[in-house]
Amino acid sequence: MTATMRPSASACPACSAAPAAEALAGNGECGANIALSLPTIHCSACITKIEKALNADPRVHSARVNLTLKRASVEADEDVTAQDMKALVEGLGYEAHELDPGTLNATSNDRAGRNLLMRLAVAGFASMNVMLLSVSVWSGAEDATRDMFHWISAAIALPTIAFSGQPFFVNAWAALKKRQLNMDVPITLAILLAVVTSLWETSLSGEHAYFDAALALTFFLLAGRYLDHRTRAIARSAAEELTALEVPRAVRLRDGVEQTVAVAELAVGDMVLVRPGGRMPVDGEIIEGTSEIDRSLLTGETVPVFAGAGQAVSAGEVNLTGPLRVRATAVGADTSLHRMADLVAIAESGRSRYTSLADKAAKLYAPGVHILAGLAFVGWYLYTFDVRTALNIAAAVLIITCPCALGLAVPAVTTAASGRLFRRGMLIKHETALERLAEVDAVVFDKTGTLTEGTPELTNLGDLKRSDVELALALAQGSSHPLAQAITKAARAAGYAPARVSDVSEVPGYGTRGIADGQEVRLGRASWTGAEGLAVTATFLQRGEGAPVGFILADRLRTGAEEAVTELKAAGKQVYLMSGDTTVAVEALAQRLGIERWMAEALPADKAARVRAMTDEGRRVLMVGDGLNDTAALAAAHVSISPASALDAARVASDIVLLGGDLSPIPSACGTATSATRRIRENFRIATIYNIVAVPLAVAGLCSPLIAALAMSASSITVSLNALRLR
Amino acid sequence: MTILAYLIPISLIMGGLGLAFFIWTVKTNQYDDPEGDARRILSDEYDDKPKQ
Repeated sequence: MTATMRPSASACPACSAAPAAEALAGNGECGANIALSLPTIHCSACITKIEKALNADPRVHSARVNLTLKRASVEADEDVTAQDMKALVEGLGYEAHELDPGTLNATSNDRAGRNLLMRLAVAGFASMNVMLLSVSVWSGAEDATRDMFHWISAAIALPTIAFSGQPFFVNAWAALKKRQLNMDVPITLAILLAVVTSLWETSLSGEHAYFDAALALTFFLLAGRYLDHRTRAIARSAAEELTALEVPRAVRLRDGVEQTVAVAELAVGDMVLVRPGGRMPVDGEIIEGTSEIDRSLLTGETVPVFAGAGQAVSAGEVNLTGPLRVRATAVGADTSLHRMADLVAIAESGRSRYTSLADKAAKLYAPGVHILAGLAFVGWYLYTFDVRTALNIAAAVLIITCPCALGLAVPAVTTAASGRLFRRGMLIKHETALERLAEVDAVVFDKTGTLTEGTPELTNLGDLKRSDVELALALAQGSSHPLAQAITKAARAAGYAPARVSDVSEVPGYGTRGIADGQEVRLGRASWTGAEGLAVTATFLQRGEGAPVGFILADRLRTGAEEAVTELKAAGKQVYLMSGDTTVAVEALAQRLGIERWMAEALPADKAARVRAMTDEGRRVLMVGDGLNDTAALAAAHVSISPASALDAARVASDIVLLGGDLSPIPSACGTATSATRRIRENFRIATIYNIVAVPLAVAGLCSPLIAALAMSASSITVSLNALRLR
Repeated sequence: MTILAYLIPISLIMGGLGLAFFIWTVKTNQYDDPEGDARRILSDEYDDKPKQ
């Protein structure tokens, strides 16, 4: 009944007319759900301005801006597109980008995080109350009062542990089923044993009960878990936002009618229109049109390739000059882009062999603790022949040695370090990425799109005649081709004015032509202007039948590339350059940056094989790359970084994503990772020292619940403070 | 000591109220946009029916 009364249903006539459609749409929402990324909003005025403008649109049902995520979510009529909303927000003077709502779903509803927070809150509440009762027991409550306090503590502790301790119990059970030991096994054992012995003691009116210890343990460990989860959730949400920014859409041609559809809807045999600047959504064959295509993300080649009818293209290539009609031969998971995933899967099996510091510690620690507690039990049983005393002491040993500080040692440090690196524009995606980054001693860079921006710049402007440059500027300024744009930019910056040229027209796939002083002038490919092709990226200007003039272009260096290479070398790491580009181009860049070891014309498998060979030599390789040809190498390396501009596949394969365009944070990130690992080790040492002091007391039977509580809290706080010292 | 019979339930109930309140804030998505909520309170626009 309530479903039909909802105002949202009446706001959309289609929904109330067809209840089935409402059920299909889920949650009674109907119409379009649009998400926009608003990177420039920063204040309350921005929020109100945007919300007001969006809500003023009669087609919008509701709009809400989230300042923390810098995002707006809009519910609107079915026919409203994200483009409309984007234009509306951009009209207000804010930058706006469309986000794919399907990709974002996972982040908006962080169920696991909320679950952990709830358990943490319950454990915190319970441990504080039980601690208050325990304090009065420690300060001298006796007889009936003490028993009552113990029973109240038990009444609070039992349901709390049943609820809050679940994550540990589940993990421990999973490990035991696989006949392994992890950190959660001693934790679970300590908690359960503490509760059982305490209950037993309480029922016998005993003096010592460990309810407070069991709860404090749960609380501290859950705090560590929650920190860990939050760090990863933040990174995951930012990574998802990067993916959601690329809305996979294509223009399908059916009976001559253009239709914008999601890439997932395309089928083999469909005709797809790819406009200049667009990325190929499918593998296919060009049916109509001539253009040039940029394959740098797939192969690392910087020189655009001519594309004409009958030629095969692969998904991920970028169309540069003319519109192309492509017939799909492979879509979705069958495209060459996705086939690369097999290579990645093979390479990744090597990485999973890495054991984190926490796991290494657990491997040493868990059996030790169990043996110690077992020996204490047996020893005291043989000495007193009293199961109660022996069990009490074994429980005390387990509680004292329980890895409370160990559970906090790693998450506290990684949270601090990840937060610091995030502010410098680095997204730590993988939980052990920092530890692995700290071990790196060799760095492999990809060229195109990583060390260079993938956008060319004119290099021989000084050698060219003024009249040639002016003519080229006149021909180039109307074109959207990257080489033409580079010439325009360089010539304008140097103060040249375009020459007088009439009838300028662009010939897709070849270049531009026009009429100047009564003769035809052409700017474009070597073969079209009658020039000899060069080994480097170049375009040529031809006047009538005269000799062509070459304009030589080189890839622009990414900001911070030089600093990054110099600092990495200064830090004693070996720097390599591996690219799929031509030998000449790679050698030139290697010399410019002072990289001695380089490799050109490398196939994706070559790169991965080389990285694996270096790993076999005992090197710990950091791979920095952005293209599809790098994905296998990224996955094979010990740790990998990719820039935000990289292909989705490359970002997925890498552990760390660089959010800005700047490469200079890489060396300092290595430094931060090293000091983070040092802090983790220090934290382990601190926790061990506490154990060394307290364990003999516990084994000797001198450890009261008060000492246990003190040791536990003190070590947890020291460890957390030590983590905060991280620079 | 009979005072304990009052004090302990009272402290437990008050703590429990705090816990229930916190759980309510989590359940109603009040931590989704802490930064935005902090700024929204400064907005001049008076809204009789704030959206959830």
